[in-house]
Amino acid sequence: MLRVFCVSVLMLAAGLASLPASAASPNDVLAALQSEAEKSAPNFQGFSAARGEKFFKVKHGNEWSCTSCHTENPAATGKHAKTDKPIEPMAPSANAERFTNPKKIEKWFKRNCNDVLDRVCTVQEKGDVLSYLLAVKK
Amino acid sequence: MLKNCKKFPPVIAVAVLSFAVSISAAQADDDGDEDYRGAGRSESRGEGHSGKYGGEDRGKPLQPIQVNAKWKQECSTCHIAYSPGLLPAESWRKVMAGLDKHFGSDASLDVQEILEITAFLVDNASNRWHAPTAPLRITESTWFRSKHDSHEISPSVWKNPKVKSPANCAACHTQAESGSFREREIRMPK
Repeated sequence: MLRVFCVSVLMLAAGLASLPASAASPNDVLAALQSEAEKSAPNFQGFSAARGEKFFKVKHGNEWSCTSCHTENPAATGKHAKTDKPIEPMAPSANAERFTNPKKIEKWFKRNCNDVLDRVCTVQEKGDVLSYLLAVKK
Repeated sequence: MLKNCKKFPPVIAVAVLSFAVSISAAQADDDGDEDYRGAGRSESRGEGHSGKYGGEDRGKPLQPIQVNAKWKQECSTCHIAYSPGLLPAESWRKVMAGLDKHFGSDASLDVQEILEITAFLVDNASNRWHAPTAPLRITESTWFRSKHDSHEISPSVWKNPKVKSPANCAACHTQAESGSFREREIRMPK
């Protein structure tokens, strides 16, 4: 029973293996997303910071957009839309810890995409958003 | 990953053991709230057959001296880490089983994190909760409503944007983050 459980956990981990396993730089993460996109989407045309910015700022059918918590300026400190708890800036230029922990990245894309879009985000959407966040100057 | 799998049996054992402990420990009915001046008046209203507040009483202590690091990390990202003693064990089991829809947000964790945090919460849940109830919201419990009724707190306080929600303990309880809710630590925001 335990073995079956452990094997299933390993299989789940393998499904997320497109991102680097340990500490990474935001550019490593972007490269891993690019590699995943090239493999999974035959018509992949590259990531776009402009598309990522639009995705970040508009609502997608739900009450919240990314900016509801992270504000219109990803280099600024945000606050949780419900609890007002501060959220450190999303842009790597303003917060060196952002997009350096693959497990944390997967965790928060899953949670936040579910809250904002009621679904998982595509590799294209994740890459676009990260391209945008990397382009934001402090 | 495999190394972590070896940790599962003890974690499950702790969860099962702590369940037993939380039942047997639910005996003491001594409030001893020397820090709470209005206690006598408001508590008599909540008195029921199964103890104070109709059996819906928070635990003592509210938070163990040694806290679980994973709990502290994961449960205080979006809000303060609510002390385990604020709710009974069954409430925490329900909360931890529904993290994908956590009060309107996706707060999902992986299986190992859920097991570890649930064990800590259950192990330190309220030891004075005798009622067969298990609310998801701390603010729905009889002890909470009794301590925060209109005799204790003016309705205008709840409308203050700095308070925003009754779930925002730290708006008035300055030491809420560390599990301390003493009367002398209360500062109503202006």
